[in-house]
Amino acid sequence: MANINIRIAGIGGQGVVLSGIILGRTASVYEGKNAVQTQSYGSSARGGDVCSEIIISNKKIIYPQVLKSDILIALSQKAVDKYRDQILEGGTLIVDKDLTKLEFETEKFKVYGESFNKTAIDEFNNKTVANMIMLGYLVKKTEIVDVELLKKSILESVPVETKEINIKALNKGMLLAQ
Amino acid sequence: MKNNKTDFIQGNIACVEGAIVAGCKFFAGYPITPASEIAEHMSERMFQVNGTFIQTEDELSSIAAVVGSSWAGAKAMTATSGPGISLMQENIGLAIATETPLVIVDVQRGGPSTGSPSISLQGDTIQVKYGSQGEYQVISIAPSSPQEMFDYTIWAFNIAEKFRTPVFVMADVMVGHMREQVEYPEDYNELEIFDRKILDDPDSTEGRFLSTEVAPMPIFGNGFKANVTGSTHDEFGWRNVSDPKVMDNFIKKLTNKILNNKSEIIRTEKEYMEDAEVVLLSYGSVSRAALETVHTAREKEIKVGSYRLVTVWPFPEKEISKMSENVEKIIVLENNLGQIYPYVRSAVDGKAEVELLSPSVLGEFFEPNYILNKIKEAK
Repeated sequence: MANINIRIAGIGGQGVVLSGIILGRTASVYEGKNAVQTQSYGSSARGGDVCSEIIISNKKIIYPQVLKSDILIALSQKAVDKYRDQILEGGTLIVDKDLTKLEFETEKFKVYGESFNKTAIDEFNNKTVANMIMLGYLVKKTEIVDVELLKKSILESVPVETKEINIKALNKGMLLAQ
Repeated sequence: MKNNKTDFIQGNIACVEGAIVAGCKFFAGYPITPASEIAEHMSERMFQVNGTFIQTEDELSSIAAVVGSSWAGAKAMTATSGPGISLMQENIGLAIATETPLVIVDVQRGGPSTGSPSISLQGDTIQVKYGSQGEYQVISIAPSSPQEMFDYTIWAFNIAEKFRTPVFVMADVMVGHMREQVEYPEDYNELEIFDRKILDDPDSTEGRFLSTEVAPMPIFGNGFKANVTGSTHDEFGWRNVSDPKVMDNFIKKLTNKILNNKSEIIRTEKEYMEDAEVVLLSYGSVSRAALETVHTAREKEIKVGSYRLVTVWPFPEKEISKMSENVEKIIVLENNLGQIYPYVRSAVDGKAEVELLSPSVLGEFFEPNYILNKIKEAK
Protein backbone atom coordinates (compact mmCIF):
# COMPACT_ATOMS: atom_id res chain seq x y z
CA MET A 1 0.00 0.00 0.00
CA ALA A 2 1.44 3.35 -1.01
CA ASN A 3 -0.36 5.48 1.56
CA ILE A 4 -2.19 4.52 4.73
CA ASN A 5 -4.85 7.08 5.55
CA ILE A 6 -6.13 7.04 9.11
CA ARG A 7 -8.87 9.19 10.58
CA ILE A 8 -9.50 9.29 14.33
CA ALA A 9 -12.62 11.22 15.28
CA GLY A 10 -14.40 11.86 18.52
CA ILE A 11 -14.89 14.47 21.19
CA GLY A 12 -12.33 16.81 22.75
CA GLY A 13 -10.76 15.17 25.83
CA GLN A 14 -10.69 11.63 24.40
CA GLY A 15 -7.06 11.92 23.35
CA VAL A 16 -7.88 11.90 19.65
CA VAL A 17 -5.11 14.32 18.67
CA LEU A 18 -2.46 12.71 20.87
CA SER A 19 -3.25 9.28 19.39
CA GLY A 20 -2.63 10.68 15.93
CA ILE A 21 0.63 12.31 16.97
CA ILE A 22 1.88 9.07 18.53
CA LEU A 23 1.09 7.09 15.37
CA GLY A 24 2.77 9.70 13.16
CA ARG A 25 5.82 9.85 15.40
CA THR A 26 6.15 6.06 15.42
CA ALA A 27 6.00 5.86 11.64
CA SER A 28 8.31 8.78 10.91
CA VAL A 29 10.87 9.02 13.70
CA TYR A 30 11.11 5.33 14.56
CA GLU A 31 10.22 3.51 11.33
CA GLY A 32 11.84 6.00 8.96
CA LYS A 33 8.71 6.45 6.86
CA ASN A 34 6.97 9.69 5.97
CA ALA A 35 4.03 10.81 8.07
CA VAL A 36 1.81 13.84 8.34
CA GLN A 37 -0.85 14.62 10.91
CA THR A 38 -3.49 17.31 10.71
CA GLN A 39 -6.43 18.06 12.92
CA SER A 40 -9.64 19.95 13.00
CA TYR A 41 -11.53 21.08 16.04
CA GLY A 42 -13.83 23.79 17.33
CA SER A 43 -12.76 26.44 19.82
CA SER A 44 -13.50 24.42 22.97
CA ALA A 45 -10.73 22.24 24.38
CA ARG A 46 -13.15 19.66 25.78
CA GLY A 47 -16.51 18.48 24.59
CA GLY A 48 -16.34 19.72 20.98
CA ASP A 49 -15.97 17.57 17.90
CA VAL A 50 -12.40 16.78 17.04
CA CYS A 51 -10.76 14.88 14.23
CA SER A 52 -7.15 13.86 13.79
CA GLU A 53 -5.89 12.63 10.43
CA ILE A 54 -2.68 10.75 9.78
CA ILE A 55 -1.10 9.69 6.52
CA ILE A 56 1.76 7.19 6.60
CA SER A 57 3.71 6.51 3.43
CA ASN A 58 6.96 5.16 2.07
CA LYS A 59 6.91 8.02 -0.43
CA LYS A 60 7.02 11.77 0.06
CA ILE A 61 3.57 12.95 1.08
CA ILE A 62 2.41 15.90 -0.98
CA TYR A 63 -1.27 16.27 -0.15
CA PRO A 64 -1.47 16.49 3.65
CA GLN A 65 -5.13 15.80 4.32
CA VAL A 66 -7.07 12.56 4.39
CA LEU A 67 -9.91 12.50 1.87
CA LYS A 68 -11.00 8.85 2.06
CA SER A 69 -9.58 6.79 4.87
CA ASP A 70 -8.30 3.23 4.99
CA ILE A 71 -9.08 3.24 8.69
CA LEU A 72 -11.68 5.22 10.62
CA ILE A 73 -11.66 5.14 14.39
CA ALA A 74 -14.92 6.66 15.58
CA LEU A 75 -15.27 7.45 19.26
CA SER A 76 -18.63 9.20 19.10
CA GLN A 77 -21.89 8.71 17.23
CA LYS A 78 -21.34 11.95 15.36
CA ALA A 79 -17.96 10.70 14.18
CA VAL A 80 -19.52 7.52 12.78
CA ASP A 81 -22.28 9.45 11.02
CA LYS A 82 -19.97 12.09 9.61
CA TYR A 83 -17.09 9.97 8.36
CA ARG A 84 -18.30 6.42 7.63
CA ASP A 85 -19.13 7.25 4.02
CA GLN A 86 -15.51 8.26 3.55
CA ILE A 87 -14.02 4.85 4.30
CA LEU A 88 -12.30 3.21 1.36
CA GLU A 89 -13.55 -0.11 0.06
CA GLY A 90 -11.80 -2.88 1.95
CA GLY A 91 -11.01 -0.46 4.76
CA THR A 92 -11.64 -0.72 8.47
CA LEU A 93 -14.02 0.95 10.91
CA ILE A 94 -13.24 0.69 14.61
CA VAL A 95 -15.74 2.11 17.08
CA ASP A 96 -16.12 2.42 20.81
CA LYS A 97 -19.19 0.19 21.01
CA ASP A 98 -20.54 1.79 24.18
CA LEU A 99 -20.49 5.27 22.69
CA THR A 100 -21.89 4.45 19.25
CA LYS A 101 -24.77 2.58 17.67
CA LEU A 102 -24.10 1.04 14.30
CA GLU A 103 -27.48 1.10 12.62
CA PHE A 104 -26.21 -0.08 9.27
CA GLU A 105 -24.79 -3.17 7.66
CA THR A 106 -21.98 -3.13 5.18
CA GLU A 107 -19.72 -5.45 3.30
CA LYS A 108 -17.68 -2.58 1.97
CA PHE A 109 -15.36 -2.45 4.95
CA LYS A 110 -14.57 -4.38 8.13
CA VAL A 111 -16.23 -3.21 11.32
CA TYR A 112 -14.87 -3.77 14.83
CA GLY A 113 -16.40 -2.58 18.07
CA GLU A 114 -14.76 -2.59 21.49
CA SER A 115 -15.20 -0.90 24.88
CA PHE A 116 -12.32 1.56 25.09
CA ASN A 117 -13.86 4.14 27.39
CA LYS A 118 -15.61 1.66 29.67
CA THR A 119 -12.50 -0.52 30.01
CA ALA A 120 -10.45 2.54 30.91
CA ILE A 121 -12.90 3.41 33.70
CA ASP A 122 -13.59 -0.13 34.95
CA GLU A 123 -10.04 -1.49 34.87
CA PHE A 124 -7.83 1.57 35.19
CA ASN A 125 -10.17 3.94 37.02
CA ASN A 126 -8.92 6.54 34.56
CA LYS A 127 -10.82 7.37 31.40
CA THR A 128 -7.88 9.30 29.90
CA VAL A 129 -6.16 6.02 28.98
CA ALA A 130 -9.04 5.00 26.68
CA ASN A 131 -7.01 6.25 23.72
CA MET A 132 -4.11 3.93 24.62
CA ILE A 133 -6.49 0.95 24.80
CA MET A 134 -7.75 2.03 21.38
CA LEU A 135 -4.20 2.31 19.99
CA GLY A 136 -3.32 -1.18 21.27
CA TYR A 137 -6.48 -2.57 19.71
CA LEU A 138 -5.87 -0.72 16.43
CA VAL A 139 -2.29 -1.87 16.05
CA LYS A 140 -3.11 -5.47 16.85
CA LYS A 141 -5.96 -5.49 14.31
CA THR A 142 -4.24 -3.60 11.51
CA GLU A 143 -0.46 -3.81 12.13
CA ILE A 144 -0.01 -0.30 10.74
CA VAL A 145 3.02 0.29 12.95
CA ASP A 146 5.42 -1.88 14.92
CA VAL A 147 4.22 -2.46 18.49
CA GLU A 148 7.62 -2.07 20.15
CA LEU A 149 8.30 1.16 18.30
CA LEU A 150 4.82 2.36 19.17
CA LYS A 151 5.63 1.82 22.85
CA LYS A 152 8.81 3.86 22.48
CA SER A 153 6.82 6.62 20.87
CA ILE A 154 4.22 6.56 23.66
CA LEU A 155 6.92 6.75 26.32
CA GLU A 156 8.29 9.84 24.61
CA SER A 157 4.90 11.50 24.26
CA VAL A 158 3.20 11.13 27.66
CA PRO A 159 4.04 12.66 31.05
CA VAL A 160 6.59 10.67 33.12
CA GLU A 161 4.17 9.79 35.90
CA THR A 162 1.67 8.27 33.43
CA LYS A 163 4.11 6.11 31.45
CA GLU A 164 3.31 2.87 33.26
CA ILE A 165 -0.46 3.19 33.13
CA ASN A 166 -0.36 4.13 29.44
CA ILE A 167 1.69 1.08 28.49
CA LYS A 168 -0.57 -1.15 30.58
CA ALA A 169 -3.57 0.32 28.80
CA LEU A 170 -1.92 -0.29 25.42
CA ASN A 171 -1.30 -3.93 26.36
CA LYS A 172 -4.93 -4.23 27.46
CA GLY A 173 -6.08 -2.97 24.10
CA MET A 174 -3.92 -5.51 22.30
CA LEU A 175 -5.37 -8.25 24.48
CA LEU A 176 -8.91 -7.17 23.62
CA ALA A 177 -8.07 -7.46 19.94
CA GLN A 178 -6.99 -11.08 20.15
CA MET B 1 20.73 21.98 20.30
CA LYS B 2 19.08 19.05 18.59
CA ASN B 3 21.43 17.48 16.09
CA ASN B 4 21.24 15.10 13.16
CA LYS B 5 17.82 13.95 14.09
CA THR B 6 14.37 13.52 12.70
CA ASP B 7 11.52 14.84 14.78
CA PHE B 8 7.77 14.75 14.27
CA ILE B 9 6.60 18.23 15.21
CA GLN B 10 4.12 20.97 14.47
CA GLY B 11 4.98 23.71 12.02
CA ASN B 12 4.78 26.20 14.88
CA ILE B 13 7.36 24.29 16.91
CA ALA B 14 9.63 23.87 13.87
CA CYS B 15 9.45 27.63 13.40
CA VAL B 16 10.79 28.20 16.93
CA GLU B 17 13.62 25.71 16.40
CA GLY B 18 14.53 27.46 13.15
CA ALA B 19 14.56 30.83 14.90
CA ILE B 20 16.94 29.49 17.53
CA VAL B 21 19.29 28.09 14.92
CA ALA B 22 19.23 31.49 13.21
CA GLY B 23 20.36 33.11 16.46
CA CYS B 24 17.09 34.57 17.76
CA LYS B 25 17.66 35.81 21.31
CA PHE B 26 14.51 37.80 21.90
CA PHE B 27 10.85 36.94 21.61
CA ALA B 28 7.90 39.08 22.64
CA GLY B 29 4.39 37.96 21.93
CA TYR B 30 0.81 37.71 23.02
CA PRO B 31 -0.98 34.34 22.77
CA ILE B 32 -3.44 33.89 19.92
CA THR B 33 -4.81 30.80 18.19
CA PRO B 34 -3.36 29.43 15.89
CA ALA B 35 0.07 30.90 16.75
CA SER B 36 0.13 30.28 20.51
CA GLU B 37 2.40 27.21 20.33
CA ILE B 38 5.17 29.48 19.06
CA ALA B 39 5.01 31.69 22.16
CA GLU B 40 4.60 28.68 24.43
CA HIS B 41 7.63 26.87 23.02
CA MET B 42 9.65 30.07 22.90
CA SER B 43 9.01 30.63 26.62
CA GLU B 44 10.89 27.40 27.25
CA ARG B 45 13.56 27.67 24.55
CA MET B 46 14.56 31.32 25.10
CA PHE B 47 15.34 30.44 28.69
CA GLN B 48 17.55 27.55 27.52
CA VAL B 49 19.59 29.68 25.09
CA ASN B 50 20.02 32.64 27.48
CA GLY B 51 17.61 34.70 25.46
CA THR B 52 14.66 36.78 26.58
CA PHE B 53 11.00 35.89 26.41
CA ILE B 54 8.28 38.39 27.23
CA GLN B 55 4.56 37.82 27.20
CA THR B 56 3.40 41.37 26.73
CA GLU B 57 0.02 42.87 27.53
CA ASP B 58 -0.94 43.04 23.86
CA GLU B 59 0.43 42.87 20.32
CA LEU B 60 1.18 46.59 20.14
CA SER B 61 3.60 46.13 22.95
CA SER B 62 5.04 42.89 21.48
CA ILE B 63 6.16 44.47 18.25
CA ALA B 64 7.44 47.57 20.06
CA ALA B 65 9.59 45.38 22.30
CA VAL B 66 10.87 43.46 19.27
CA VAL B 67 11.86 46.70 17.50
CA GLY B 68 13.62 47.89 20.66
CA SER B 69 15.50 44.66 21.23
CA SER B 70 16.67 44.62 17.62
CA TRP B 71 18.12 48.10 18.14
CA ALA B 72 19.84 46.76 21.23
CA GLY B 73 21.51 44.24 18.91
CA ALA B 74 19.41 41.10 19.34
CA LYS B 75 17.93 38.99 16.60
CA ALA B 76 14.28 39.32 17.50
CA MET B 77 10.93 37.83 16.57
CA THR B 78 7.25 37.89 17.33
CA ALA B 79 4.44 35.56 16.27
CA THR B 80 0.76 36.22 15.98
CA SER B 81 -2.25 35.81 13.71
CA GLY B 82 -4.19 38.30 11.56
CA PRO B 83 -5.85 40.15 14.44
CA GLY B 84 -2.43 40.66 16.04
CA ILE B 85 -0.92 41.89 12.76
CA SER B 86 -3.72 44.50 12.65
CA LEU B 87 -2.65 45.76 16.06
CA MET B 88 1.04 45.74 15.12
CA GLN B 89 0.77 47.76 11.93
CA GLU B 90 1.86 51.10 13.41
CA ASN B 91 5.16 49.76 14.70
CA ILE B 92 5.70 47.55 11.65
CA GLY B 93 5.82 50.89 9.82
CA LEU B 94 8.33 52.13 12.38
CA ALA B 95 10.49 49.05 11.81
CA ILE B 96 10.42 49.62 8.06
CA ALA B 97 11.18 53.34 8.37
CA THR B 98 14.03 52.79 10.83
CA GLU B 99 15.36 49.75 8.90
CA THR B 100 15.03 47.38 11.81
CA PRO B 101 15.75 43.71 11.13
CA LEU B 102 13.12 41.45 12.71
CA VAL B 103 10.91 38.48 11.91
CA ILE B 104 7.13 38.46 12.21
CA VAL B 105 5.40 35.10 11.97
CA ASP B 106 1.75 35.34 10.92
CA VAL B 107 -0.11 32.07 11.38
CA GLN B 108 -3.19 33.12 9.48
CA ARG B 109 -6.73 32.27 10.55
CA GLY B 110 -10.21 33.07 9.32
CA GLY B 111 -11.18 36.73 9.34
CA PRO B 112 -12.11 39.61 9.25
CA SER B 113 -12.06 40.67 12.90
CA THR B 114 -11.78 37.82 15.43
CA GLY B 115 -13.10 35.50 12.70
CA SER B 116 -12.47 31.78 13.13
CA PRO B 117 -9.38 31.00 15.22
CA SER B 118 -8.88 27.42 14.03
CA ILE B 119 -9.92 27.70 10.38
CA SER B 120 -7.18 28.25 7.81
CA LEU B 121 -7.34 31.23 5.47
CA GLN B 122 -4.74 33.11 3.42
CA GLY B 123 -6.48 36.28 4.52
CA ASP B 124 -3.49 38.48 5.36
CA THR B 125 -1.56 38.37 2.09
CA ILE B 126 -2.40 41.99 1.33
CA GLN B 127 -2.54 43.11 4.95
CA VAL B 128 1.16 42.46 5.43
CA LYS B 129 2.00 44.31 2.24
CA TYR B 130 -0.03 47.46 2.74
CA GLY B 131 -1.27 47.40 6.35
CA SER B 132 0.78 50.33 7.60
CA GLN B 133 0.57 53.84 6.18
CA GLY B 134 2.82 55.31 3.53
CA GLU B 135 4.81 53.77 0.71
CA TYR B 136 7.01 50.78 1.42
CA GLN B 137 7.99 47.23 0.48
CA VAL B 138 7.97 44.10 2.58
CA ILE B 139 9.42 40.64 2.24
CA SER B 140 7.11 37.71 2.90
CA ILE B 141 7.77 33.98 2.72
CA ALA B 142 5.00 31.36 2.53
CA PRO B 143 6.04 27.94 3.91
CA SER B 144 4.03 24.81 3.15
CA SER B 145 5.32 22.28 5.69
CA PRO B 146 6.89 22.01 9.15
CA GLN B 147 10.25 21.39 7.44
CA GLU B 148 9.87 24.69 5.62
CA MET B 149 8.76 26.40 8.81
CA PHE B 150 12.17 25.38 10.17
CA ASP B 151 14.23 26.17 7.07
CA TYR B 152 12.43 29.36 6.06
CA THR B 153 12.44 30.87 9.55
CA ILE B 154 16.24 30.61 9.41
CA TRP B 155 16.15 32.17 5.95
CA ALA B 156 13.74 34.90 7.17
CA PHE B 157 16.24 35.93 9.85
CA ASN B 158 19.05 35.89 7.30
CA ILE B 159 17.31 38.23 4.88
CA ALA B 160 15.97 40.42 7.70
CA GLU B 161 19.55 40.87 8.91
CA LYS B 162 20.97 41.27 5.45
CA PHE B 163 18.50 43.88 4.24
CA ARG B 164 17.78 45.46 7.66
CA THR B 165 14.05 45.08 7.30
CA PRO B 166 11.08 43.20 8.77
CA VAL B 167 10.43 39.83 7.14
CA PHE B 168 7.08 38.03 7.38
CA VAL B 169 6.77 34.27 7.62
CA MET B 170 3.23 33.71 6.33
CA ALA B 171 1.98 30.41 7.71
CA ASP B 172 -1.65 29.48 8.24
CA VAL B 173 -3.61 27.10 10.49
CA MET B 174 -2.83 24.26 8.10
CA VAL B 175 0.96 24.66 8.18
CA GLY B 176 1.23 25.95 11.76
CA HIS B 177 -0.68 23.06 13.29
CA MET B 178 0.35 20.34 10.87
CA ARG B 179 2.76 17.77 12.23
CA GLU B 180 5.27 16.18 9.90
CA GLN B 181 8.80 14.91 10.15
CA VAL B 182 11.46 17.61 10.29
CA GLU B 183 15.04 16.73 9.48
CA TYR B 184 17.47 18.84 11.46
CA PRO B 185 20.75 19.71 9.72
CA GLU B 186 23.59 17.25 10.14
CA ASP B 187 26.13 19.99 10.67
CA TYR B 188 24.96 23.31 12.02
CA ASN B 189 28.31 24.86 11.21
CA GLU B 190 27.61 24.39 7.51
CA LEU B 191 24.42 26.45 7.69
CA GLU B 192 24.63 29.94 6.32
CA ILE B 193 23.74 32.35 9.12
CA PHE B 194 23.86 36.03 8.29
CA ASP B 195 24.47 38.70 10.92
CA ARG B 196 23.72 42.37 10.30
CA LYS B 197 26.47 44.84 9.56
CA ILE B 198 26.99 46.96 12.66
CA LEU B 199 28.48 50.46 12.83
CA ASP B 200 31.20 50.37 15.44
CA ASP B 201 33.07 53.58 14.75
CA PRO B 202 31.18 56.71 15.93
CA ASP B 203 33.37 58.90 13.71
CA SER B 204 32.64 56.93 10.57
CA THR B 205 31.52 59.08 7.69
CA GLU B 206 29.54 56.16 6.30
CA GLY B 207 25.77 56.64 6.30
CA ARG B 208 23.69 54.82 8.90
CA PHE B 209 20.47 54.66 6.91
CA LEU B 210 18.97 54.77 3.43
CA SER B 211 21.46 52.88 1.34
CA THR B 212 20.28 50.43 -1.30
CA GLU B 213 23.47 48.57 -0.42
CA VAL B 214 22.16 48.43 3.19
CA ALA B 215 23.87 50.76 5.67
CA PRO B 216 25.58 49.44 8.81
CA MET B 217 23.24 49.62 11.80
CA PRO B 218 24.24 52.04 14.59
CA ILE B 219 22.84 49.78 17.32
CA PHE B 220 22.46 51.04 20.87
CA GLY B 221 24.99 50.22 23.53
CA ASN B 222 28.15 50.77 21.52
CA GLY B 223 29.08 53.92 23.41
CA PHE B 224 27.98 56.51 20.88
CA LYS B 225 24.83 58.37 20.05
CA ALA B 226 22.51 56.94 17.41
CA ASN B 227 19.71 58.97 16.00
CA VAL B 228 16.74 56.76 15.11
CA THR B 229 13.39 58.14 14.03
CA GLY B 230 10.30 57.03 12.15
CA SER B 231 9.95 60.51 10.73
CA THR B 232 11.52 61.36 7.39
CA HIS B 233 15.28 61.43 7.83
CA ASP B 234 18.57 61.48 5.94
CA GLU B 235 21.44 59.00 5.76
CA PHE B 236 22.58 59.96 9.27
CA GLY B 237 19.15 59.70 10.83
CA TRP B 238 18.64 63.47 11.03
CA ARG B 239 14.98 64.36 10.94
CA ASN B 240 13.78 66.56 8.11
CA VAL B 241 10.04 66.59 7.57
CA SER B 242 9.71 69.73 5.44
CA ASP B 243 11.86 69.04 2.37
CA PRO B 244 10.13 66.85 -0.26
CA LYS B 245 13.53 65.90 -1.68
CA VAL B 246 14.51 64.34 1.64
CA MET B 247 11.21 62.45 1.69
CA ASP B 248 11.69 61.34 -1.90
CA ASN B 249 15.11 59.95 -1.00
CA PHE B 250 13.75 58.37 2.20
CA ILE B 251 10.95 56.48 0.45
CA LYS B 252 12.88 55.51 -2.67
CA LYS B 253 15.92 54.21 -0.83
CA LEU B 254 13.75 52.14 1.50
CA THR B 255 11.76 50.62 -1.34
CA ASN B 256 14.71 50.22 -3.72
CA LYS B 257 16.66 48.43 -1.02
CA ILE B 258 14.12 45.63 -1.54
CA LEU B 259 13.26 46.13 -5.23
CA ASN B 260 16.86 46.33 -6.45
CA ASN B 261 17.61 43.07 -4.68
CA LYS B 262 14.58 41.15 -5.92
CA SER B 263 16.69 38.58 -7.73
CA GLU B 264 18.35 37.66 -4.46
CA ILE B 265 15.12 37.62 -2.46
CA ILE B 266 12.55 36.04 -4.78
CA ARG B 267 12.15 32.29 -4.85
CA THR B 268 9.75 30.26 -6.93
CA GLU B 269 9.33 26.50 -7.36
CA LYS B 270 8.39 25.00 -10.69
CA GLU B 271 7.20 21.45 -11.30
CA TYR B 272 6.24 19.99 -14.68
CA MET B 273 6.45 23.45 -16.26
CA GLU B 274 8.49 22.45 -19.35
CA ASP B 275 5.49 21.53 -21.50
CA ALA B 276 2.64 22.81 -19.32
CA GLU B 277 -0.39 24.26 -21.08
CA VAL B 278 -2.27 25.00 -17.87
CA VAL B 279 -0.43 26.32 -14.81
CA LEU B 280 -1.57 26.16 -11.21
CA LEU B 281 -0.07 29.20 -9.50
CA SER B 282 -0.15 29.05 -5.72
CA TYR B 283 1.67 29.81 -2.47
CA GLY B 284 1.80 28.49 1.09
CA SER B 285 -0.17 25.44 2.18
CA VAL B 286 -2.28 25.56 -0.99
CA SER B 287 0.77 24.70 -3.10
CA ARG B 288 0.62 21.15 -1.76
CA ALA B 289 -2.90 20.73 -3.15
CA ALA B 290 -1.72 22.27 -6.42
CA LEU B 291 1.19 19.87 -6.75
CA GLU B 292 -0.96 16.85 -5.89
CA THR B 293 -3.39 17.92 -8.60
CA VAL B 294 -0.55 18.24 -11.11
CA HIS B 295 0.55 14.68 -10.36
CA THR B 296 -3.01 13.40 -10.80
CA ALA B 297 -3.42 15.38 -14.02
CA ARG B 298 -0.14 14.09 -15.45
CA GLU B 299 -1.30 10.50 -14.84
CA LYS B 300 -4.24 11.40 -17.09
CA GLU B 301 -1.82 12.96 -19.57
CA ILE B 302 -3.16 16.46 -19.02
CA LYS B 303 -0.32 18.96 -19.41
CA VAL B 304 -0.52 20.85 -16.14
CA GLY B 305 2.36 22.44 -14.25
CA SER B 306 2.79 23.92 -10.79
CA TYR B 307 4.27 27.37 -10.27
CA ARG B 308 4.70 28.14 -6.61
CA LEU B 309 5.61 31.47 -5.10
CA VAL B 310 7.83 30.67 -2.14
CA THR B 311 8.20 34.40 -1.55
CA VAL B 312 5.01 36.33 -2.26
CA TRP B 313 6.43 39.82 -1.61
CA PRO B 314 8.27 41.40 -3.32
CA PHE B 315 6.04 40.18 -6.13
CA PRO B 316 7.80 38.26 -8.94
CA GLU B 317 6.08 40.03 -11.85
CA LYS B 318 9.00 39.60 -14.27
CA GLU B 319 9.22 35.88 -13.57
CA ILE B 320 5.46 35.42 -13.97
CA SER B 321 5.41 37.54 -17.10
CA LYS B 322 8.11 35.38 -18.68
CA MET B 323 6.45 32.14 -17.62
CA SER B 324 3.10 33.26 -19.08
CA GLU B 325 4.59 33.55 -22.58
CA ASN B 326 4.69 29.77 -22.92
CA VAL B 327 1.36 28.72 -21.44
CA GLU B 328 -2.31 28.94 -22.37
CA LYS B 329 -3.90 29.39 -19.01
CA ILE B 330 -2.92 30.25 -15.45
CA ILE B 331 -5.23 29.26 -12.61
CA VAL B 332 -4.44 31.22 -9.45
CA LEU B 333 -5.24 29.09 -6.40
CA GLU B 334 -5.78 31.04 -3.21
CA ASN B 335 -7.57 30.20 0.02
CA ASN B 336 -9.18 33.66 -0.09
CA LEU B 337 -11.20 35.59 -2.66
CA GLY B 338 -8.21 36.55 -4.77
CA GLN B 339 -5.53 38.64 -3.06
CA ILE B 340 -2.58 38.11 -5.43
CA TYR B 341 -4.88 37.42 -8.41
CA PRO B 342 -4.85 41.08 -9.60
CA TYR B 343 -1.05 41.10 -9.38
CA VAL B 344 -0.81 37.95 -11.49
CA ARG B 345 -3.20 39.39 -14.09
CA SER B 346 -1.18 42.55 -14.23
CA ALA B 347 2.09 40.63 -14.64
CA VAL B 348 0.64 38.37 -17.35
CA ASP B 349 -0.88 41.36 -19.13
CA GLY B 350 -2.92 39.35 -21.61
CA LYS B 351 -0.19 36.89 -22.64
CA ALA B 352 -2.24 34.01 -21.19
CA GLU B 353 -5.68 33.57 -19.74
CA VAL B 354 -5.74 34.09 -15.96
CA GLU B 355 -8.45 32.68 -13.74
CA LEU B 356 -8.93 32.72 -9.98
CA LEU B 357 -9.94 29.59 -8.12
CA SER B 358 -10.88 29.73 -4.44
CA PRO B 359 -11.89 26.61 -2.49
CA SER B 360 -15.59 25.73 -2.90
CA VAL B 361 -15.91 26.50 0.82
CA LEU B 362 -13.43 29.13 2.03
CA GLY B 363 -11.18 27.70 4.72
CA GLU B 364 -11.53 24.12 3.53
CA PHE B 365 -8.39 22.69 2.02
CA PHE B 366 -8.53 22.45 -1.79
CA GLU B 367 -9.49 18.98 -3.02
CA PRO B 368 -7.46 17.82 -6.04
CA ASN B 369 -10.59 16.62 -7.87
CA TYR B 370 -12.20 20.03 -7.52
CA ILE B 371 -9.13 21.67 -9.07
CA LEU B 372 -8.90 18.97 -11.74
CA ASN B 373 -12.51 19.55 -12.79
CA LYS B 374 -11.75 23.24 -13.24
CA ILE B 375 -8.77 22.34 -15.42
CA LYS B 376 -10.94 20.06 -17.56
CA GLU B 377 -13.54 22.83 -17.88
CA ALA B 378 -10.77 25.13 -19.01
CA LYS B 379 -9.60 22.76 -21.71
